Amino acid sequence: MNLLRKRAAIRAAMAGVALLAVSACSNVTGQDDMGTGAGAGMTGSGQAGQAGDPTSPAYFQQAIGDRVLFAVDQSTLGDEARAVLEQQAQWLITNGDYIATIEGHADEQGTREYNLALGARRANSVKEFLVLRGVAANRLTTVSYGKERPIEICSEEACYAKNRRAVTVLAGGLTG
Amino acid sequence: MTRLFFSLLLAAAALVAQGPNPAQAQQGPLRLEITEGVIEPMPFAVADFVPDSPAAAEMGEQIARVVAADLSGTGLFREIPEDAHISRVSSFEAPVRFADWKAVNAQALITGGVSVTGERLTVRFRVWDVFSGVELGNGLQFVGTTDGWRRMAHKVADQVYSRITGEGGYFDSRVVFVSESGPKDNRRKRLAIMDYDGANVQYLTDSSSIVLAPRFSPTGDRVLYTSYESGFPRIYVLDVGRVQRQVLPTPQGEMSFSPRFSPDGRTVLYSVSTGGNTDLYAMDIASGQSQRLTTAPSIETAPSYSPDGSRIVFESDRSGTPQLYVMPAAGGEAERISFGQGRYGTPVWSPRGDLIAFTKQSKGRFHIGVMRTDGSQERLLTASFLDEGPTWAPNGRVIMFTRETQGAAGRSQLYSVDISGRNLRPVPTPDGGSDPSWSPLLD
Repeated sequence: MNLLRKRAAIRAAMAGVALLAVSACSNVTGQDDMGTGAGAGMTGSGQAGQAGDPTSPAYFQQAIGDRVLFAVDQSTLGDEARAVLEQQAQWLITNGDYIATIEGHADEQGTREYNLALGARRANSVKEFLVLRGVAANRLTTVSYGKERPIEICSEEACYAKNRRAVTVLAGGLTG
Repeated sequence: MTRLFFSLLLAAAALVAQGPNPAQAQQGPLRLEITEGVIEPMPFAVADFVPDSPAAAEMGEQIARVVAADLSGTGLFREIPEDAHISRVSSFEAPVRFADWKAVNAQALITGGVSVTGERLTVRFRVWDVFSGVELGNGLQFVGTTDGWRRMAHKVADQVYSRITGEGGYFDSRVVFVSESGPKDNRRKRLAIMDYDGANVQYLTDSSSIVLAPRFSPTGDRVLYTSYESGFPRIYVLDVGRVQRQVLPTPQGEMSFSPRFSPDGRTVLYSVSTGGNTDLYAMDIASGQSQRLTTAPSIETAPSYSPDGSRIVFESDRSGTPQLYVMPAAGGEAERISFGQGRYGTPVWSPRGDLIAFTKQSKGRFHIGVMRTDGSQERLLTASFLDEGPTWAPNGRVIMFTRETQGAAGRSQLYSVDISGRNLRPVPTPDGGSDPSWSPLLD
């Protein structure tokens, strides 16, 4: 109960500061470009389009939500996560030009190695859900960053909760 | 006492020929038994190494300082500072005035001589038991080049340590680690290598991609590490001397990480994540042939061989939480060895084979600990917000690890601690540091 309420509060807070969320998202994309090196075809914030356009990556990121959160040590999807992923699946089916990399992340509590493996589990949970909902498996890849790429930096549960995440990062869509 | 010198040639930073017979060290009257209990550090003095020319004078002082710092840094010895010395040693061959060293309460005295001819550096030393007035072991001479003076000082200190404690030294060794800079949400990481005491830092990669957990080969010539440079975590093998690297031929499109060499340096143990499931594999480096060692649906990672190569200790959450397990090197039945409260990870077999060091997470704190290889006699050596990733000194007496501080300004720093839990100290690095891996003693 407590955890659910906390997560609801966090989501409300996230919705309340949409501007912050957008800057955080573009920040994440920037880091991913660094991590992946080439970054070819990555959807940078510059080409994300308008959030009002339901076929745009910006809409996917902001209106649907590009990320789902997890409980401590868990990779199972809660109700909220499933609701987000249902919409992600629909969007991906509708916008067939895009492929996606699902990035799994962990909070800083835990060893580097274990968190890499845990992030892989989380990314895979999301991939399996999207595939079950009809997204072609060959459009989805997964990668784990373990605890290497936190978006929130405090050492408290409020930050940890946002860092235990799987982010669906779109690529391609150049013709869309 | 004989005046026999073993002459060692330190060419291109490689020491050829042998050190003295260890049995000689056993016969010395001056002896420090390293026990698990609290001990009083042994007071010692190092006289400036006597130069044979004005050109060698500065080097003589510097070498004496490094020898003293090595010994003091163990926590087992306490230096009698130079300004308290009564005697000045002006000739390496002159008799030692023991009364002057007794008067300042030095139990052990190290004297030395330095000569420089062009690039060539010769260092000689003797270790004295001040109270009996007897030389401990024989005088020894190292020959090398002037730019390798720190290594020669470390070799002197290793000899002194070894003669007094009866255990192998660890000063002439290096550490490969991840140098960290920038804030937590934009941390820059690059591989770096340095002497065990933080001197001579060199960078092996730039910070354009995430690099994690480098591991030395058993001879210190190669380093395994994980890099995201392909956009994906993969394992690379780096030749330290030539700074050349190649990717380990693990499956394309699957994450591979947490590598570690076998004791013979031919095999790499590592983890692969496939479909969210992480298992252990072993790859023969020469052929690229790999073998899957575990098949459980749980996470299996952080493997480490026993020094004889017969067994593997690793971390698995097959019981529900991360715990430590030991299995035969070829895979098969694994036995759980950790049973305390909390979560266990990153086990590393000691070079002596008698202990396993690990990271433990319990009640919101992290610890570095050691246990016997059957899991008994667990002892926690440290406690902090986040300690992780132990690595063993070549002699199995000291552990280096990563400590990260709490909060938004959190920073990683290398620390070392004696396996008794004493002598916790930060290891100086230019920026933050994490994931240390200690080399064997250099040749």
